[in-house]
Amino acid sequence: MRDNIYLTLLAIFAPLSFLTVGGGQSVIPEIHRQVVEVHGWISESQFLADYAISRMAPGPGSLIVTLIGWQVAGFAGAVITTISIFVPSSILVFLLARVWARHRGAPWQTAVELGLAPIAAGLILAASLTLMRAASGGWLAVVVTLATTGLLLATELNPLFMIAGGALMFLGLRL
Amino acid sequence: MTELAPPPNLRTLFLAFARIGVTAFGGGLSGWMMQECVRRRKWVTEEEFLTGLALAQALPGINVVNLPIWIGYRLAGGWGALVSALGVVLPPMLLVTLMAISYGWLQRYAATGVALQGAAAAAIGLSLAMGLRAAKRQVLRLQPALVLLVVFVAIGVLRLPLMWVVLAMAPVSIGLCYRQVRR
Repeated sequence: MRDNIYLTLLAIFAPLSFLTVGGGQSVIPEIHRQVVEVHGWISESQFLADYAISRMAPGPGSLIVTLIGWQVAGFAGAVITTISIFVPSSILVFLLARVWARHRGAPWQTAVELGLAPIAAGLILAASLTLMRAASGGWLAVVVTLATTGLLLATELNPLFMIAGGALMFLGLRL
Repeated sequence: MTELAPPPNLRTLFLAFARIGVTAFGGGLSGWMMQECVRRRKWVTEEEFLTGLALAQALPGINVVNLPIWIGYRLAGGWGALVSALGVVLPPMLLVTLMAISYGWLQRYAATGVALQGAAAAAIGLSLAMGLRAAKRQVLRLQPALVLLVVFVAIGVLRLPLMWVVLAMAPVSIGLCYRQVRR
């Protein structure tokens, strides 16, 4: 069985690439079913720790697949699960970007840009609300979020200062 | 309309997305990308960015990887798409592995979790500020304002599935705009 573990990982994760939408949370239950229940590669508590770490770390949330690949089959496993989840859907976007570039300036493209702009703005605002609801930290988290928003709208300060400021405020008031 | 800057080289593109990848705590990556690509570096217009964002969200795949591919291709073709996607995935991939290795050790310090909570709260502020900025231009006219409101309420308040909302609203909004563009 050991020799085809990489192919098994590929066969599990590559189809999931097309089922991910948005932040990638949509496929977490299926990943759990496969690696914990069906194959028993990692334990329930290990899965939960992986989930917590991938949420805590910066960058794309779906990097949980890197951790799982790594625990199941080492470095090569990590590379394979990451490629499997990202590459298939990326090819689709890439092809669309090519078609898009070829028709730049066409009237239908102007219409698509004008039509999608308010949808995208609504999506960012909805995502912010969802993130605020999910954030841990109670009232202090809301204060930090709103203060950051205000500062960013009113000043040209580098957002990195505010990320550091948020971390320091929490350390000062919550520790 | 603001003047756009000349397109960056591949190295600059990779580093820009790598920086976004490792500093975006708590899931505000789109906000960071808008801040970098539209406001700070003026690589793409706000409309172009928002189009890419809406498509990146609606297409299958992780939206925060789809969007760099879209922007990277627009700026520097196929290689641009590749280095942008690698920039946003590789450094965080190394970081998440390092965090997993040191997890047992990190867990012993309560400070880690508390500091990350604060960083995440601030990162949400970045996302909210970008959303408000993008919304400001849309609410000036009735039609885009209504579209924005419907999308926000459907996903943010009613929590309907994002893909279905976009698939339902995009043809309506684009169709209405197409009629205006043709005139």
